[in-house]
Amino acid sequence: MHDHHESFWTKYIFSQDHKVIAIQYTITALLVGLFGLVLSWLLRVQLGFPGKFSFLNPGSYYQMLTQHGMIMIVYLLTAILLGGFGNYLIPLMIGARDMAFPFLNMLSYWVYLLSVLVLMAAFLVPGGPTGAGWTLYPPLSALPNAAPGSGWGIKLMLISLVIFIAAATMGGLNYVTTVLQCRTKGMTLMRMPLSVWGIFIASVMALFAFPALFVGGVMLLFDNLLGTSFFIPAVTLFGQQLPREGGNPLLFQHLFWYFGHPEVYIVILPAMGIASELIATHSRKPIFGYKAMVVALAAIAIIGFLVWAHHMFVSGMNPYFGFFFAVSTLIIAIPSAVKVYNWLLTLWRGNIRFNTPMLFGIGWISTFIIGGLTGLPLGNVIADVPLHDTYFVVGHFHLVMGVAALMAIFGGIYHWFPKITGRMFNERLGKLHFLVTFVGAYMIFFPMFLLGILGVPRRYFDFEALQYLPPQTHGLNIVITVAALIVGAAQLLFLGNLIWSAVRGPRAAANPWHATTLEWQTPTTPPPHGNWGAETPTVYRWAYDYSVPGAERDFIPQNVPLTPTVPMGVSAR
Amino acid sequence: MAQSLEERVRAMPRWLRDLVADWSSDQQTFKVNWGKAMMWFFIVSDMFVFGAFLSAYAAARLGATLPWPDPAKVFALHIGESEIPLLLIAIMTVVLISSSGTMAIAVKYGYERNRAKAALFLALTALLGLTFVGMQAFEWTKLIREGFRPWTNPLGAPQFGSSFFMITGFHGLHVTAGVIYLITIASQVLRGAYEKIGYQRVEIAGLYWHFVDLVWVFIFAFFYLF
Repeated sequence: MHDHHESFWTKYIFSQDHKVIAIQYTITALLVGLFGLVLSWLLRVQLGFPGKFSFLNPGSYYQMLTQHGMIMIVYLLTAILLGGFGNYLIPLMIGARDMAFPFLNMLSYWVYLLSVLVLMAAFLVPGGPTGAGWTLYPPLSALPNAAPGSGWGIKLMLISLVIFIAAATMGGLNYVTTVLQCRTKGMTLMRMPLSVWGIFIASVMALFAFPALFVGGVMLLFDNLLGTSFFIPAVTLFGQQLPREGGNPLLFQHLFWYFGHPEVYIVILPAMGIASELIATHSRKPIFGYKAMVVALAAIAIIGFLVWAHHMFVSGMNPYFGFFFAVSTLIIAIPSAVKVYNWLLTLWRGNIRFNTPMLFGIGWISTFIIGGLTGLPLGNVIADVPLHDTYFVVGHFHLVMGVAALMAIFGGIYHWFPKITGRMFNERLGKLHFLVTFVGAYMIFFPMFLLGILGVPRRYFDFEALQYLPPQTHGLNIVITVAALIVGAAQLLFLGNLIWSAVRGPRAAANPWHATTLEWQTPTTPPPHGNWGAETPTVYRWAYDYSVPGAERDFIPQNVPLTPTVPMGVSAR
Repeated sequence: MAQSLEERVRAMPRWLRDLVADWSSDQQTFKVNWGKAMMWFFIVSDMFVFGAFLSAYAAARLGATLPWPDPAKVFALHIGESEIPLLLIAIMTVVLISSSGTMAIAVKYGYERNRAKAALFLALTALLGLTFVGMQAFEWTKLIREGFRPWTNPLGAPQFGSSFFMITGFHGLHVTAGVIYLITIASQVLRGAYEKIGYQRVEIAGLYWHFVDLVWVFIFAFFYLF
């Protein structure tokens, strides 16, 4: 297809190949994430050893806290899961040669990079980046001199978000169209691997959720730039009545969380899909309840749009609304539990291979369960009121959305590394990376549940003035900080392993995990531009024909025709 | 004896059978070209943007502490002695809706491979769109002369001006982008760029244009009539 000569620039920089774009997205997101990690170190050093170091003052603490949250959720997790994994996996897993619109795809990456540059520029402007909290609640984020970085910082933040939304929309349109319209012969929707399902449904959610952030962001930008009063009620600032009035700050919260909660699932659904791949492949068993898995993904996506106000229980609302949002929130536990049971039943009596990707797959189940279960009390109005704005919330969302998603991301990167680079990573380093990250993550976030129950408030620079806190809370904070420093440093093992193995690692076989899905059946590894050589593959069976009774080997790739000697697995009929 | 899958499918009503066939087939879910499918997805997403803008406007209007100006008065035109409410807006609306008609004609001529007429009606659509934007600019100028600003207005709640300039501005940007889009497509048609690949792109541009018109109907209803 693409046999014309390509220069270095069109092949690696301004490439329209989905695989190159995926790698660009992944590397950019990982670098931004590393930056966010260093910010969290600064925060933890302050909390663990208050007064001993002077990296931060209360104002810059807020700024770093805000930037850490925004960077991790939007510019790392969303970008790497949709832009990185979505780009790499969708065309390969559905047997397409590329995305439906390769040029738009390339544009999506460069616009994303622009949004990152604008985000970073905020660190260089007078006043620094915004410190209004990652949720950017007005009036704090809308008034001049109210929060640190309220001049240039907040404007650049909002502009960066609007640019990011443009990039995410270009990507999302591409992913949705590609999955629906560009599948190869025989690849019906219900034969798609769950990774593709997760990324697809998350992309649809992104197309519906980001508009609300876009509108909220534009209005907040107008409040900052033009002096409108969309979100500014009558305010007295430093004893002076401001000339602006009549705005509604709660409106921003609604717009923000109408995006913000689906955003959680935009991150989690692709992670669920990737985890399903890891667990089925490395336990050599068909995924348990494939249809239920797909239905659960769709159910989470739909109900996920009806729960946003559970973030606002303490903002004040009609009790009946609180009741509705608590019920819808708790209902989401059902499809989530279906998925957890199905992963556990996939593992059950499987021929489990405890390699690095599988360890991260199991780590995903563990952190998703603990993080998810601690979400139940927060979904209840009564329990949320005392727990809100304590470290309980911090522990909950970091475990379920941060650590669990990262477990799937790490596992996914290790899992597909041999296909991406054509080389194997170092297994021993990978296991060490898992061990430190997994144990360390629990040491960081589990004590936070205790701190939260003891009433330690989140977003505080120090707790000196809070006489009611028992002194043990300080001890726990030291433990958390030390663990955070170690876990953060351990990520260098991961990066070092990737870089070293990409250059020096032993050559990988085309299908080292003996997996069934199409990306492992490419004629060459790594796959060239166009993926499939002369002809795209034809699909004859579902994605999880592992350990089929009577079959010669314990896996049958999707492009192997059905014959009496290679039947289809029972659970696929 | 349970029904076979085939029997169950055959027993379905026709629309459901077609739906099942479409969704369970391989290769393509919707039997349309990729660009058209993507335009539909974009329109649904953009619908959410305008939906959020209009809901935000509704919330801002309900929560405003100062009185909301009467749109019939604000948007009235003085012609001679008489004051005619919403005159300009009515003309703008007629212009924009007529442009949907010329767009549909352009699509028809496109599929008939009548290049000259397709391009003519595309250009006419773009011209009507440009007229709309021009009248909007006139309306903005008039209001700004009367003291309306995004942050204040002489007749009451400042949120009136904020919402007005934001929503009509955002829609005006869509129309302007649409005009550029239509001119591009028209010149492609004239060049004969679609003789080989077919004239779907004219229809895709039409989808976008009809969407922008439809959004205007909602803005007209919720901002000017209420």
